[in-house]
Amino acid sequence: MKSMLSNKFIVIGGTIIVLMLLIAIFAPLLTPYEYGTVNLPNKHQPPSSEHVMGTDLYGRDVWCRIVYGARISLYVSFSAVAIAIIFGSFFGIIAGYLKGVVDIVFSRVIDIMMAFPPLLLSLILGACLGTSLQNMTIYIGVPLIPMFFRVSRGVTLNIGERTYIMAAKSIGSSRLRIMMKHILPNVLPQIFVVLSLGMGGAILAEAALGFLGLGVPQPTPSWGLIVNEGKLYMFSAPWTTGFSGAFIALTVLGFNLLGDGLRDFLDPKLKHLES
Amino acid sequence: MLTKNTDNPLVRLENLSKVFSVHSSRGLGTTDITAVKNVSFDIKKGETFGLVGESGCGKSTLSKIALRLLNATSGTAYYEGKDLYKMKYRELVNIRRQMQVIFQDPYDSLNPRLSVEELVAEPLIVHRYGNRARRRERIEELFHQVGLPPQLMTRYPHQLSGGQRQRVCIARSLTVSPSFIVCDEAVSALDVSIQAQILNLLLDLKRRFKLTYLFISHDLSVVKFVSDRIGVMYFGRLVELADTETLFSRVLHPYTHALLSAVPDPDPDTQKRRVLLGGSVPSLFNPPSGCVFHNRCPFTEPICSEEEPPFIDMGNSHFAACHFAGKLNLKIDF
Repeated sequence: MKSMLSNKFIVIGGTIIVLMLLIAIFAPLLTPYEYGTVNLPNKHQPPSSEHVMGTDLYGRDVWCRIVYGARISLYVSFSAVAIAIIFGSFFGIIAGYLKGVVDIVFSRVIDIMMAFPPLLLSLILGACLGTSLQNMTIYIGVPLIPMFFRVSRGVTLNIGERTYIMAAKSIGSSRLRIMMKHILPNVLPQIFVVLSLGMGGAILAEAALGFLGLGVPQPTPSWGLIVNEGKLYMFSAPWTTGFSGAFIALTVLGFNLLGDGLRDFLDPKLKHLES
Repeated sequence: MLTKNTDNPLVRLENLSKVFSVHSSRGLGTTDITAVKNVSFDIKKGETFGLVGESGCGKSTLSKIALRLLNATSGTAYYEGKDLYKMKYRELVNIRRQMQVIFQDPYDSLNPRLSVEELVAEPLIVHRYGNRARRRERIEELFHQVGLPPQLMTRYPHQLSGGQRQRVCIARSLTVSPSFIVCDEAVSALDVSIQAQILNLLLDLKRRFKLTYLFISHDLSVVKFVSDRIGVMYFGRLVELADTETLFSRVLHPYTHALLSAVPDPDPDTQKRRVLLGGSVPSLFNPPSGCVFHNRCPFTEPICSEEEPPFIDMGNSHFAACHFAGKLNLKIDF
């Protein structure tokens, strides 16, 4: 734990993410406004002491919408990544351990998924399922599955050759038990690394889909939606797109830093150098 | 009822072969290599069967297909008369409690993410032995038997020394009271002083629990020390098999002869005539015709490269696979 805090990437990335989570959790305490209240005479106000980040085209407080938008954006990203991890690592471990036909079938399905650009896959799924908060987690999560599948399959292929797996087999452990008890704990650290990178991807996907109109329905704010609403007035009222875009960039940066840091931290070779 | 079966072998291997398909270097297609070919022998209840041979000759592969940890390409293995290769998955899992393996590398055979207690408890949990407290008792008992201090229970494998790790492996294999243990190079990775400790422990456990061992090693002196009977492997084939006494007094196969002459003698005054073999082990991709040993054998004759010698009993249950078995002058003057 101590050496974890000595990794600058982990500390900076972690701090950014914790801040974002706090903002999302304590949203009502951070702003006096309501995110849905329209106040047309007040539209496109530049940042002032009353509205720290200005107002949008309906006269709504941008800071207020960003703060509430953090809830949606983070919630969607976390659930989407959770879906991707559960399905990706489940099928990845099975494919990597059982090999043979199972592996070939699963891997080809994943290859097909990867043949689509992730955003296109999201758009197709989104168009089929319709937009709602639940569906959004699905169509953002599904394109992330290949990433987790490939990592867990790769690690499993490697671990499967180790003697302790052969030992577990000779003891009489069932295949399920070997996968759960012996392979999963060795795959998880690698999953955590990819998890933080996947979170960054999910935030961006949410923003992109929100921007393209497949986001959460109005008036619920999400970061992508706020950028989308501000895009027509990007030059006359840059604060709407600017601040929400900055929050997206900052959060993605936080997750990427954390991922890089974790990768270094969990690399056993580097660990040996330290100790 | 139980004593009646003493003459029946505990383990019987029949014509076991293992062929691996390897991707060829050109990238397309595969090449077949034969790691183990037509190996048959019995292991009697209560004996220690030693299996020697140089690195890469298929000893470990043989032990794995003998327990069906890997599937054999052909042939079959019986345990107490039951065909392992005809068993369903469930039956196989159940019978595995009677056949345990101790692997060569104690650094790789313990899952680094489990504590020592969890590792030793694993077979007990798998075979549904008692509750937590009862399992704990059993583990403490086992720790005592293999000479491990009970404080080590909460440690993780990387905190233990090689000898301690191997003792953990032994304790783990003993948890379910097996009757047959395969020691696959179980002491090769250890220091010489630790080797002796572990060997004595294994022999002591054998006496106490009436175990049967298949003892695999490339170290002939270790095998001689522990075994009742010895099988010599070369290039995936069994070339000679006899009682330890017989093998060391009357060698029938030139490969065994060369192997025996290579055993170091601790007495510096003894003059040893080493049999030096020319050439090297043939490539598995391009196995020699006829007798696999003919290109290195000092006594080779034309027939050797044409016909594969049969593995036959030369009297006294002393088997050898050589066209000239018994006719060569293989004096052991060392």
